[in-house]
Amino acid sequence: MYIDPHIHMVSRTTDDYDRMAVAGCVAVTEPAFWAGYDRSSPQGFFDYFRQLTEHEPKRAADYGIKHFSWICINPKEAEDPSFAREVMALIPEFLAKPNVLGIGEIGLNKNSRNELRIFEEHLQLAAEHDELVLVHTPHLEDKLKGTKLIIDAVKNNSKIDPERVLIDHVEEHTVGLVLREGMWAGMTLYPETKCTAQRAVDIIETYSSERICINSAGDWGHSDPLAVPKAQREMARRGHAPDTIARISFDNPRRFLSQCPKFKIDA
Amino acid sequence: MEHRAKLIDIAAFLDRLERARPDEGTSGEDFRVDAFRRAVRLLVDGQPHRARRVLEKFSDMTTEPIDSAGGMKGAYGAVPNPAHDRGAAG
Repeated sequence: MYIDPHIHMVSRTTDDYDRMAVAGCVAVTEPAFWAGYDRSSPQGFFDYFRQLTEHEPKRAADYGIKHFSWICINPKEAEDPSFAREVMALIPEFLAKPNVLGIGEIGLNKNSRNELRIFEEHLQLAAEHDELVLVHTPHLEDKLKGTKLIIDAVKNNSKIDPERVLIDHVEEHTVGLVLREGMWAGMTLYPETKCTAQRAVDIIETYSSERICINSAGDWGHSDPLAVPKAQREMARRGHAPDTIARISFDNPRRFLSQCPKFKIDA
Repeated sequence: MEHRAKLIDIAAFLDRLERARPDEGTSGEDFRVDAFRRAVRLLVDGQPHRARRVLEKFSDMTTEPIDSAGGMKGAYGAVPNPAHDRGAAG
């Protein structure tokens, strides 16, 4: 049994839901993200937010999987602050939806001043609405710097409780920074550009199994919606106890997500 | 066997680069290949935390946000003229 706390099911087929259910997935949480192209209007985001909050939960339910979501304008489309603010004005309406757990995945992409400004405004929105926060960290050479900027911004907002923030896509050079500040860390199991299952288990063994979650972030690119059960298998292969495997893949995400009262699963 | 195969892949990649540009040494090399060669040295330096240090070798070590991300979406995997190798931090 497992929870995938970060996966973009709008980009996946129903066959993936089927395979995930067979592999033991009981719940997914889906952050709003970049579609691979820039949307031309706030209306495009409105339709996407409806897809996340109305359509996708029904598709998941057909396979016995609970579907939750996160709402925001992603950092790749946040470089134009006035456009971003028009999209952000739509967010409060969707925060009231029964499957929405908070604001995400906000964060940085190229670590620009405008991205940072919109990230800080999202944090303020989360504080005002008492929402959980899911944070995307940049890719590759931009990750370390972006993670530091993100952590500073979270710390600078006194109304944000670090325990209600999950910083995602951590790797060996950023996981310690996140955990030291009392935030949750997410490890994304990507075939190439983020963490492999082997490295994720190394990090668990090196750092901690507390406040760490694993996710597939399966999307429209090179990714694997079964990455979480494959990491479970890697942990078992190395002789980790079943309760440790359950902590990483089920108990930890449930602990973090249950800080939002809307997160309820039958398990 | 898995890691032996990966190591041979890297060796073949470096051979391929040299075949493509037989008359050029490592000078004037693409910044990504340059960072790659510097990172490879970390693997056999006998020090711990190789994965973290390799990731840092490929990282932007500056601290200030850039002025604009206009027209920029993706990442390169390494930093042109990395500041950390020049001793600068910001």
